[in-house]
Amino acid sequence: MDVGKAPPAPPAPHQEVDHLEPAPGEGGHWEGLEQTDEFRQLVRARLRFVLPATIFFLVYYFLLPLGNGLAPGLMKTRVFGEINIAYLFALSEFVMAWVLAYLYIRKANTVFDALAAKVRARAAGRKAA
Amino acid sequence: MNITLVLFLIVVGITLVITGWAARRTRTTVQFWAAGRQIKGWQNGLAIAGDYMSAASFLGIAGLIAFNGYDGFMYSVGWLVAYLTVLFLIAEPMRNTGKYTMADVLAYRMSPIPVRSAAAFSTVAVSASYMMAQMIGAGSLIKILIPTLDTNLKPYFNWDVLGTHLDPSITLVGVLMMIYVIAGGMVATTWVQIIKAILLMSGAVLLTFLVLLHFGFSFGHFFDAVAGVKDKATGLNFTQPGILYKYGQKQVFGIDLALLDNISLGMALILGTAGLPHILMRFFTVPDGKAARASVAWAMGLIGSFYVMTTFLGFGAATLVGKANICAKVVAGACVGTPNSNLAAPRLAEFLGGEFFGTTGAEFLLAFIAAVAFATILAVVAGLTLAASGAFSHDFYVNVIRTHLLHGHVSEREQVLVARITAGLVGLLSIWLAARIGATANAAALVAGVAFVIASAANLPAILFTLFWKRFNTWGAVACLVGGTVVTIWLVAIGPGWTLPAVKNPAFPLQNVGIVSIPLGFLLAIVGTYIGDLVKADRLSEVKFHEIDVRAQTGLGAEPNPVAA
Repeated sequence: MDVGKAPPAPPAPHQEVDHLEPAPGEGGHWEGLEQTDEFRQLVRARLRFVLPATIFFLVYYFLLPLGNGLAPGLMKTRVFGEINIAYLFALSEFVMAWVLAYLYIRKANTVFDALAAKVRARAAGRKAA
Repeated sequence: MNITLVLFLIVVGITLVITGWAARRTRTTVQFWAAGRQIKGWQNGLAIAGDYMSAASFLGIAGLIAFNGYDGFMYSVGWLVAYLTVLFLIAEPMRNTGKYTMADVLAYRMSPIPVRSAAAFSTVAVSASYMMAQMIGAGSLIKILIPTLDTNLKPYFNWDVLGTHLDPSITLVGVLMMIYVIAGGMVATTWVQIIKAILLMSGAVLLTFLVLLHFGFSFGHFFDAVAGVKDKATGLNFTQPGILYKYGQKQVFGIDLALLDNISLGMALILGTAGLPHILMRFFTVPDGKAARASVAWAMGLIGSFYVMTTFLGFGAATLVGKANICAKVVAGACVGTPNSNLAAPRLAEFLGGEFFGTTGAEFLLAFIAAVAFATILAVVAGLTLAASGAFSHDFYVNVIRTHLLHGHVSEREQVLVARITAGLVGLLSIWLAARIGATANAAALVAGVAFVIASAANLPAILFTLFWKRFNTWGAVACLVGGTVVTIWLVAIGPGWTLPAVKNPAFPLQNVGIVSIPLGFLLAIVGTYIGDLVKADRLSEVKFHEIDVRAQTGLGAEPNPVAA
């Protein structure tokens, strides 16, 4: 389908339908948009950040209970006075969460938003700059 | 008059004034359910924090750390890291594709009648177990901190309803929450949550500051004192892991039971938040996806700082007050009755007030922390009532029965009226249920062990697969929503964690059932989808995927911000 001929009006908010058989041609407009370079770029950019970041925080998070259960001796090692690795590791989870959130938001505000704007411009029938 | 009662009345007064103001801004459905989508990003961040930091996390975690040392802190860590799941995967797509409830997003692709009914079921299960914990907590808190209020209220609530004797304190909390939600909808709920977040943060900062002041702002001295507190049963000191999770004692399938329990808890904590209906609902109150993102950032800043402070509250109570002196009734500096971990923060406040400001200071700080806890409970139950009544009225009554079964048009007026009526019914039902199960339920276990697990086993797979998996269909969605909920409740019911005291030899060994029920929820979603595919039950969902995919990622055609539109 030629996306250039998509109707210029912005899509209306969603209407629910009862039937479970697709009407002919339904979804074509959206599938067309999904195939554009702009949309693919957006999805790729998001995935490139979100996938590794999600895997990283899941692994980092579960290292803490695993460490406490499997290596209690190591986790009880004192670092500053009575402050031990277990407590510092737990605190580092907070720092990790804040840093990842900051990185995501910076990336979203600069890269993802601009790419999404391009897709919306394309959908409105205008050529993105 | 007693200071606690005065502060309680001030909190109630402020929230009622806000509700009166909000009531005039609550005429349409978008105002009732989504505060007209006019809440700014930072305001929503505060409201999310206010909605999320329940009495279970304020009084509960401080108490866990005060009684068990380091292991209690594991809850704090999980509850912040959870927001990365929300930020990366849920917040913006929710705002971009949803209207008022979680089910709106699912019904985008799926057959609305089954999927909305199933989502209403899981939403009510999550909200009800969460709400019970809050209401029971509120009831016991009021009884302990201002016993006069409870006894004075007693003659007015001296009724038996269907064989259950009403609890005056629980009824008071329930009536207030009904007033907020029925009159002021999401606008009142949001502002009650914002005020509560500010109160809670100030309370935590004040107590943390005083704890550090006591130790001369020396972390070294503070942790020396913490390490000086020993657990009798294990011999460990309070900076060390292993007191709450007794590693190396029992095994299941060759794996350490305590480790499994802890991992299982972690799974529910970090995945469950992204499936809590009352948190998801907050993302519909902001103008667009960018504001949804900003609100998570604000929430993470507040929630994270608060949970770091829980260590100072908990360790502070452990060192300065001591487990033996944390209980409901203290006579001449000694406990009468058994220790109650929920009172760690109030007793710490009393101690610090006494140390720095004398007897009046002790009384005032105790009253202040009690008022903060009370505001906390009110804000959380209001959010929960709104989520549960959204499931009943918006999803079930308006969309399933009136729109899709009767093919009728439902006017704005009727929708708002039904919303108010269901909020009232939810309120009455929870007052009754909380009074009924109050004595036997383990409140903390209800929140972390049931609500968060259902949210991550039923709601999360349904939402994630709707947004990101092309083949997902109605069968898969219903399978995980209903199956995840039922399996979780069943496992908890046969496990050790449902009632107090804990069962000795339960059929299911783990207190936290997430490690079984969460993967099972995802598996049910996948199996259900392939069976649905096989019988060709739902061909529309795949076609519709292209639409939700583009909308979720770009915000095209998102529900408009009424002022901008």
